[in-house]
This record gives sequence, C-alpha cells and structure tokens, in this order.
Amino acid sequence: MATIRVQREAFDPGAEINSFCARNSTSGGIATFIGQMRDFRGESRATGETVSAMTLEHYPGMAEGQLSELVKEASGRWPLDDTLVIHRIGSLMPGEPIVLAAVATAHRGDAFTACAFLMDWLKTRAPFWKKEATETGASWVEAREADEDQAAKWTR
Amino acid sequence: MSTASLTVLYFAWVKEKVGLGTETVSPPASVVTVSDLIDWLARRSPGHAAAFADRKLIKAAVDQVHAPLSSELGGAREVAFFPPVTGG
Repeated sequence: MATIRVQREAFDPGAEINSFCARNSTSGGIATFIGQMRDFRGESRATGETVSAMTLEHYPGMAEGQLSELVKEASGRWPLDDTLVIHRIGSLMPGEPIVLAAVATAHRGDAFTACAFLMDWLKTRAPFWKKEATETGASWVEAREADEDQAAKWTR
Repeated sequence: MSTASLTVLYFAWVKEKVGLGTETVSPPASVVTVSDLIDWLARRSPGHAAAFADRKLIKAAVDQVHAPLSSELGGAREVAFFPPVTGG
C-alpha cells in the first residue's frame, strides 16, 4: 500500500500522520520525516541571505512517477506495511511543510531506514526545483554535492 | 534515424534561458543521442545556446526516465532538460 500526492495546497502534517497511524494501527513502528521551508539561503542562518518566499516547480507526470519508483524500490528492500509521500508545488512561505514521508513497518529499524532512504533518493531523483526569493531577487537553488553523496550510500 | 516529431520540455533555469517550457521538434536523422539533440537544439536561438552553454549543468530525462546525455534517443517521444533536482 502506498499514497503519493503532489499538490499545490498546504497540508497539515499532524493530521496526515494521525490518519496514517490510524490506517496502520497494526504496524509496530511508524517513522516520519517533515521537510519545512527555511527562511535563509545556504548552509546557515548566520551567513545566508534571508529568504522571503519560495516557488517549487515540478515535471508533471515524471515527479509522480519517480516518487512511485522510490516507494517501489523501498518496498523491495524492506518489509513495509504502508508508505505516504506528500510533496508541495507552487508558492510556499517560510515555515510551511514542503514534504512529508511516512513509513509503517512491524519494527522500528526498518521504518527509520526506509524513511531515510526515501528522502535521500527523493532529494536526488524526484524532478522538483526550488526558486528562492530574497531582497536581492529570486534565484534557483543549486543542488548540493552532500545530497549526491548521501544518496550514493544506498547504491547496491 | 527519423524525422518523427519529438516533444522537448525545459524546466527551472533551463526553461527561463530557452524562453519556452515546451516545443515540438523534428530533429534530422543525424541526431542519435541526447547529446546530439542538445547540439542541434542549441542552434535554434540565442536562448537555447545560452541554456546549453555548459552541458555539465544539464540533466536529461527520456520519456520521463533519467538518462545520461550519452543515451540514444531511439523511439523517444519526450525529452526533458533541467538542472540537477532540488526538491524535498
């Protein structure tokens, strides 16, 4: 079982996790990751420019397709009872959730691992692009090498 | 190989530089790989040339599957060009 949603509308992570837990009441472990929009650019708030808004562009069709592939790959590696991935597109404000990944399994180890895997692969494979608006204008976020290294750990 | 029509999609700054989100093209038979397609597209306009100026920055998908620039187009119907992804 899996649910994948790419949506323009804001979502409530608490409500989503509650209903995910309810529909997987027999799973022993549920791990979740919530990615939220930062209000600064780059590695740290101390050195980064303030970001006031973000636009998320995606490749319709392929984005959903890649998320399905990720979930399929995770399901092949770990015994997952259920998976949920929600990803925003369009306009976002600082503090808003961008992405939610939730994984239900019998035991905690697989839940933690599969959730980390989903996010690492999503970061480098799912076709979404962030554009940040700051006082000096808007610019596209550059991919981080650290994300590639992180994803490469899962290659087998 | 053929002059069948091919849908080309651009995303993020590649789209901004090209000035188009999508176009339908009929590349000549000499265009065999994704890289050949880039060479051919880059001659269409100054915007295309700017977008493809440094192809180390360009990623491609053929029929919605990530593909290295060296891959052959085969009977592809849709090719997309974009910078490395930054979602999540």
